[in-house]
Amino acid sequence: MKTDIMAGKRGLIMGLANDKSIAWGIARALANAGAELAFSYQGEALMKRVGPLAADLGSDTVLPCDVGDEDSIDALFSALKDKWGTLDFVVHAIGFSDKSELRGRYVDTSRENFKTTMDISVYSFTAVAQRAAAMMPEGGSMLTLTYYGAERVMPHYNVMGVAKAALEASVRYLAEDLGKDAIRVNAISAGPIKTLAASGIGDFRYIMKWNEYNSPLRRNVTTDDVGNSALYLLSDLGAGVTGETHHVDAGYHIVGMKAVDAPDITKG
Amino acid sequence: MSDVEKRVRKIVVEHLGVEEEKVTESASFIDDLGADSLDTVELVMAFEEEFGIEIPDDAAETIQTFGDAVSFISQHSD
Repeated sequence: MKTDIMAGKRGLIMGLANDKSIAWGIARALANAGAELAFSYQGEALMKRVGPLAADLGSDTVLPCDVGDEDSIDALFSALKDKWGTLDFVVHAIGFSDKSELRGRYVDTSRENFKTTMDISVYSFTAVAQRAAAMMPEGGSMLTLTYYGAERVMPHYNVMGVAKAALEASVRYLAEDLGKDAIRVNAISAGPIKTLAASGIGDFRYIMKWNEYNSPLRRNVTTDDVGNSALYLLSDLGAGVTGETHHVDAGYHIVGMKAVDAPDITKG
Repeated sequence: MSDVEKRVRKIVVEHLGVEEEKVTESASFIDDLGADSLDTVELVMAFEEEFGIEIPDDAAETIQTFGDAVSFISQHSD
């Protein structure tokens, strides 16, 4: 998709891991539309992956950030302020839960992992929004990623589903708080995509097959699909949209039962 | 060299950026080929994609060397 709709706009991408990441699909769509990008990463293993990807999109702004640490978030935004002064958009593609609790039963969730999951997957977006909003004097757009497991029970998604429900609620509260300053806040609820993070979820191949056979479009979505929808929400094309959870899931969320023509699939 | 071995070696060489000669049967991804913890997950994902198989977590944990990978994949793909 060739457009220069993001020309002159600058934004931060948080949570890129590798070229399978949803954040990569979003970053590419934004860069192709003319946006100037900065990236944040957590830890050395991710730094060595994010650096070359950022360079591919012409960005040399790759900064560390541990969203579990207030000082680290402050340091990130202070570095961005020094470099750019203002910010037009932020993409938050971050979540975490102990993967041993992303299989089996939700009822077995531990207090410790519940807290960590909520802190990293939910509060971090609010913490980022506080700092980012202060750098958006002319307005801006913020985007986070969620999943249908927030709305309906999905196998193995467990505490992450509860966290995503809270994240979607926080999108609505943030949209109200920041709307007066022309800052829009939205979420994309993406269908299942085989990313590094998804490798922590049990039976993921089965979940992907099920979505492929039963979604109205009879396919899974790609990171490019999500990127293009993100471009709409982050650019002026989406100027009238805020507080929204937008499904980019081949329509799966409207379906009430298994498609009659879907083959039976077995696990494994 | 079996077809599986060739394809697995190609993935390992490309992903880890190591020389082909270093990818011996007993070569450990982490200890000998410089993989970090994310590399091991990415390698397993790349094997799954290449061979159209699912490698469950408990099996993935047993795949420490090039030989482990070739033998698991040979047993589980057609």
